Amino acid sequence: MTNEFLTVWSDSPATSLVIWLMIAIVIFYLGRKQAHQVFQSTGRAINSTMRLWSFTLSKLESRLTERNREILIASGARASEKAIEREFTRISNIVQRDLSKYPGLHRKIADSIEKIENDYQKSVDAAPLPPAWGEVVETIAGLPTSGDPTVVKILSNIKRAVEESHQQTLKAYKKSSATSHTLLSGMQPHWRNIDGKLNQVNDKINGLEECSKNIDSQIQNYSDILAAKDSALSSLGSSALTQFFISGLVLIIATLGGLINFQLIAMPMSEMVGGSSYIGSMKTSDIAALVIILIEIAMGLFLFESLRITNLFPVISSMDDRMRRRMMIVTFAILTILATIEASLAYMRDLLALDREALQQSLINAGAAGGIVEAQFRWIPSIGQMVMGFILPFALAFIAIPLESFIHSLRIVLGIIGVGLLRVARVVVRMFGGLANHLSKIMVYLFDLFIMIPVSIEQLIKRQSKSKSASDEDDRYQPSADKTMS
Amino acid sequence: MKNVKQQILIAAMMATAVLLTACGESRPNNRAVYLLLDTSGTYTEELAKAQAIMNYLLATLDSGDSIAIARIDSGSFSEKDIIAKATFDIRPSTANDQKRLFKHKVDEFVSQVNRGSRNTDITGGLIQASDFVNEAGAGEKYVLIFSDLEEDLQKGHVRDFPIDVQGIQVVALNVTKLRSDNIDPRDYKNRLSEWQARVQKGGGEWRVVNDLERLDSLIAMR
Repeated sequence: MTNEFLTVWSDSPATSLVIWLMIAIVIFYLGRKQAHQVFQSTGRAINSTMRLWSFTLSKLESRLTERNREILIASGARASEKAIEREFTRISNIVQRDLSKYPGLHRKIADSIEKIENDYQKSVDAAPLPPAWGEVVETIAGLPTSGDPTVVKILSNIKRAVEESHQQTLKAYKKSSATSHTLLSGMQPHWRNIDGKLNQVNDKINGLEECSKNIDSQIQNYSDILAAKDSALSSLGSSALTQFFISGLVLIIATLGGLINFQLIAMPMSEMVGGSSYIGSMKTSDIAALVIILIEIAMGLFLFESLRITNLFPVISSMDDRMRRRMMIVTFAILTILATIEASLAYMRDLLALDREALQQSLINAGAAGGIVEAQFRWIPSIGQMVMGFILPFALAFIAIPLESFIHSLRIVLGIIGVGLLRVARVVVRMFGGLANHLSKIMVYLFDLFIMIPVSIEQLIKRQSKSKSASDEDDRYQPSADKTMS
Repeated sequence: MKNVKQQILIAAMMATAVLLTACGESRPNNRAVYLLLDTSGTYTEELAKAQAIMNYLLATLDSGDSIAIARIDSGSFSEKDIIAKATFDIRPSTANDQKRLFKHKVDEFVSQVNRGSRNTDITGGLIQASDFVNEAGAGEKYVLIFSDLEEDLQKGHVRDFPIDVQGIQVVALNVTKLRSDNIDPRDYKNRLSEWQARVQKGGGEWRVVNDLERLDSLIAMR
C-alpha cells in the first residue's frame, strides 16, 4: 500500500514523495488559519477543563480536610473527656475511700490531743522543792553551840529533823519528777500517732492536689481542642498516626500468633470434621480451625466490650450492669471451653504426628518392624503444645484493644491519605492542563515550520506589495508637495 | 463513628458471605490409584521394586483417597486378581491403620509369589482398573502399570478392541527391555508407542516412568 502510494506520481519514490510533500504543504498552507484555530482552541479547551477539574479537586480536598479536622476534634475531645472523667473518678475514689474516714481520724487525733493535755496537766502538778530549805539547814548548822549540851542537843535534833524533812521533801520531789517524766514519755506515742495521722492526711491532700493539677491540664487541653487550636490538632494528628502504627504492629504480631494457633489445631481438626472434604480449594478441617480461632477472637472482643475496656459495640456498653456481668461470664466461659478444646487438639496433634511418623518409618524401612523409638523427653513438646493451645486463645482475646485503636486511627489516617492523594491529583491535573496549552502553541509553530516556504513567500509578497504601495503613496504625495513648494 | 463501625462490620459479613458462596460448588478432590503388577514369567523378580512404589503411594495418598493393587496374570479382568484395596477413612488416624493393614497384605502377597503366570493379560487388567477408578468417583484417576508391557493373551481371549480410559492418567512403570528388544530396539519403542496410541485413543493420558528414583512426579502432592 505504501509502495503504491509512493509511486503514484513517478516511478521514483523520492520524486513521488517530494510531490506528495509539496501537495501536503500547499494543502496545509491553505488550511493554515483553520489549523491554528484547531490547535489553539483544543489547547485552551483542555486547559480550561483541567482547571475546572483542579478547582473541583481543590474543593473536595478542602471538604475532606474539614471533615478530617472535625473527626480529629471529635475524637480528641472524646479522649480528653474520658481522661477528665477518669481523673474525676479517681478524685471521687479518693474522697470516698479516704476522706470519708476523716471524721474517725479527726476523733482519733482529738482523743490523742486530749490525752496529751491530761498528761500534761498531771505532769505540771508535781511539788516544787522549796529553795529556802538548804539555806535554813546551813544557818542552823552554822549556829554557835557555845558548849551548852542542851542547846547542842536541841540544835542537833532540829538539824536532824530539818535534814530528814529535807530528805523527805527531796524524795517526794524526785518521785513527783519521775511521775512527770513517765507521763511525758507516755505522751510520745500519742505525738507520733498524731504525726503519722497528719502525714496520711497530707499524702491524701497531695494526691488530690495532683489530680486537680491533672484535671487543670486536661481541661486546658480540652478547651484547646474545642477551640480548634493548631497546636492541639497537630498533636492529635501525630498521636493518631502513632496509634495507627503501634496498633498495626500489634495486630501483625497477633496475626502471626493466630497463624501459629491455626497450625496447632488444623491437623487434629481433620479427626473431628474429616480430612477429605473441601470447601472450594480449602480443606473443611482448615476452615473449621480458622472458624474456631475467629470465634475466640470474637469472644475476646465481647469479653473486653463487656468489661468496658473497649467500646466497639454500643449495644453491649449500654447494657445494664447485671446483663453485662452475665455476658462477661458467658463469654469468658466460652473462651475457656475453646481454650480447653484447643489444648486437647494440640495434644491430639502430637499423637497424630507420632502415628504418622511411625507409619513413615515403617514405609521407609520396608520389611523392618514398624513403630518409632520412644524418645526420652517426648512429653516436653506434648505439654508445651497443650499449654500453647490453652494460652493462645486468651492471648488472642487481647486483640480487641489494638483493634479498637486501629479502627479509630484508621479513619484519620485514611483521611490524611485521601487529602494527600487529592492534592497530588490536583497538581497533576493543573500540570496536564498547562502542558496541553503549551503543546497547542508548539503545534502552531511546528505547523508553520512545516509550511515555512509558502509562508515566507507570502510574507515576501506582502512586504513587496507594502513597499510598492508605500512608494506609490510617496510618488502621489511628492508632486503635490512640489506644487506646494513652488 | 457509629456508621463507620457498622460499615466495617457489614463489609466483613459480606466478605464472609462471598467467601462461603464462592466455596459452594465443590469438585471431588480425592484421588484413586490402581496399581497393576505384572506377575508373569521372569517379571516376578521385579516385584520388590513394586513394594517401593506401593510405599510411595501409601505415603502420598491421604484421607478420602482410594487405592487398589491387582496382579496381571493370564486373565486379569477379574476381581479375584485384586490383592488389596482400600478407601482411606476421613480420620487420619484410621487412615494410618488402613495403610498399615494394606501394606501387610501386599507384603504377604509378594512373599508368597513363587512362579509367574503363563500368560499376560494387560488389557483385561487395564479395563478392570478403569472400572475401579471410575467407580471411586475421584477427581484425579491414576492407573499404574508395573510391567514390561508385553501382552501375551491366552488362546480365545478377545482384547483387540478400543479401551475407555477417559480422564485417567495411565503410567507405565519400570518397563524393562526384553531379550528380543536387545536384538531390535525398535520393538521396545513400538511396544511403548502402541500402548500410548491405545491409551490416548481411549481418552487417557500416557506417561512412562522407568527411573523409580523419580517417583515424586508420579502423583501430584497436596
